[in-house]
Amino acid sequence: MALNPMALDLSGKKYANVAYEEKERLFDEVKADDRWHHVLYGCYECGICVAACPSARFYDFSPRVIAQAAAREDVDLMYTLMNDSVWDCSQCFSCDRCPRQNSPGQIITIMREVAVKNGLKTAKEALEGYGRIIYKIMSTGSQVSPDMLQPNAFPDWGGHVKEISDNLDVWRKALPPETLHTTETGWKITDKTIVELYLIWHMTGVMKLIEGVDEGLFMILVDVMEERLEEAGYDDISFD
Amino acid sequence: MIHLPIVKAVDRKFEANPDEAPTEDIRDAVLQLEKEGEWIVPRVPEPYMEEKTKFGRIKKIPVEKTWHHKSCGQCGHIPGYSTSIFWLNRAFGLDYHDPMDQTSCTAWNYYASATSNPEAQAAVALRNFASAYKSGYFPVIHCGTSFGHYKEVRHALVHQPELRRKVKKIMEKLGMPMVMPEEIIHYSEWVLAMRKRIAERQVIDMSMITATVHPACHYHKLIEEDAIYDSEIYGAQRSAIITSTLKALGITVGDYSTWFDCCGFGFRHILVSRDFSRSFSVQRKIEVMIEEVNPDITITHDTGCVTTLDQSQFAGKAHGKKVGLPVLSDSQIAALAMGAHPYKVLQLHWHNTDNTRFLEKIGIDHEKMWAEFQVEADKIKRGEMPYLTWEDAEKK
Ligand code: SF4
Ligand code: SF4
Repeated sequence: MALNPMALDLSGKKYANVAYEEKERLFDEVKADDRWHHVLYGCYECGICVAACPSARFYDFSPRVIAQAAAREDVDLMYTLMNDSVWDCSQCFSCDRCPRQNSPGQIITIMREVAVKNGLKTAKEALEGYGRIIYKIMSTGSQVSPDMLQPNAFPDWGGHVKEISDNLDVWRKALPPETLHTTETGWKITDKTIVELYLIWHMTGVMKLIEGVDEGLFMILVDVMEERLEEAGYDDISFD
Repeated sequence: MIHLPIVKAVDRKFEANPDEAPTEDIRDAVLQLEKEGEWIVPRVPEPYMEEKTKFGRIKKIPVEKTWHHKSCGQCGHIPGYSTSIFWLNRAFGLDYHDPMDQTSCTAWNYYASATSNPEAQAAVALRNFASAYKSGYFPVIHCGTSFGHYKEVRHALVHQPELRRKVKKIMEKLGMPMVMPEEIIHYSEWVLAMRKRIAERQVIDMSMITATVHPACHYHKLIEEDAIYDSEIYGAQRSAIITSTLKALGITVGDYSTWFDCCGFGFRHILVSRDFSRSFSVQRKIEVMIEEVNPDITITHDTGCVTTLDQSQFAGKAHGKKVGLPVLSDSQIAALAMGAHPYKVLQLHWHNTDNTRFLEKIGIDHEKMWAEFQVEADKIKRGEMPYLTWEDAEKK
């Protein structure tokens, strides 16, 4: 039988050249998260999470393996999973039905954050093509917008996407709620709201996370945000 | 071997006793923190409605004075979803507020890319809650993910004083108070609680319709004890959300074996790993519904679920899969039952899967209705009117 190219390699060989100390440092970062003690209490290895997991049906992916590796503090395996597995998760939290009260999905959230914060190459790859979404949410406060409905962005949704994009302006104006006559954001958002959102990004250091995965995007966002903040009188704020 | 009598699960009713609930009632902790001066807790405006949650606790649901926390995916890609929620409020003459001082919860991005952190997520939530408080209206959340995420934020803020301290500092800098509402309400809970009043005003008979229901993961799996349960619906073994509403409208709800499964949305998957979303949605949801129930329609109550279940069927069709099941939200079907226009209000032209057979079955002349919409759209195109107003959409 041919080897499945999508198979998850848990042998540890792939990352054998990464220093154990580095893997341990990342795992320590995961364990230092405030949520850690609420998401993992040990693992029965019962597999209930796998039975409920949508991603386990379509990928070589297992929330049980992640919970087990975390519970056993298997530093090497955690590193492999942080690179090659966590991005398959659908974040549906079906696995919250774990009888040990674990939340494998939340363990994964924390692992992803650490992967992003440390700029792992695999995190950058997983988020390739996702930059325009990050740009939208960070800069406008609304994640998807009507003008994203372009045929080249959603070719597998068929001809109706083209019909929407061809009629976008008129169809948006044909919406009775006045807040929905927008094309670049989901609804009309006040300038004050956006400025407050930028201040939140600034005060919580999330721009650093973005810098870690996509420097180009970071620079564009910083330009947009600093200009808007300056206009609003916050000329002393810098994201660098 | 012991032989137990077989009682079909669906025939068994469970009545939960709140005194035996296995989890804390987080709302007590929220009120305690109010006493300690940690935050303001706006109360659900009276008169409110009451429904039971998983362990038999009472959840208060406001009738009006509601502040509508909109969903970016609904407003952006399926705008008839939110329009129908507002239409229902207007049809009952209820006082509501559709704010512009509102951001999305940003959780879609958080679950997709992890390019955020708990402080930022909590601050975004509290900024929106503070904005609602300032307006004097009570938040009702349109998106299932925002709803689940805000409940997680509430849980984290209650249990992590350090997070509270950090967020307090941010809110102070923004010049806004710390606000945590008495209840976190999803709009579909409002639709459910209003179901009898909706049914009283029903003008379209739907008794010949069979539907399947897809409950959103982030509605009933995240902080699960806060979801609505009812011993008359699935014997309270599962959440009554949507199903209760549909039954009140006279619709038959068919059960299927993958009810608990997610829709395949996956947050990052729907945007950049779409093969997964398409396959899961078609193979684990739509095909199973059609094979086991053969419904006229499927009804759900969240942004990602409507999008994924509806849009994925195009590729399924190309592969010769059993698809062709229209997907609507509970707000849309409730509005339709009360006589809302399928295009001016439900905005069904933004949906992908053909829904004309369903409309014909309930006696709606969709060609005539589409022509009516086109007349208005043409006026906008020619610059004869700037927008379609509520009055235009509501005129008979
Ligand atoms: S994480 Fe929970 S559900 Fe999954 S195998 Fe371990 S104990 Fe079982
Ligand atoms: S949250 Fe992730 S690991 Fe848990 S069930 Fe969903 S896809 Fe599987």
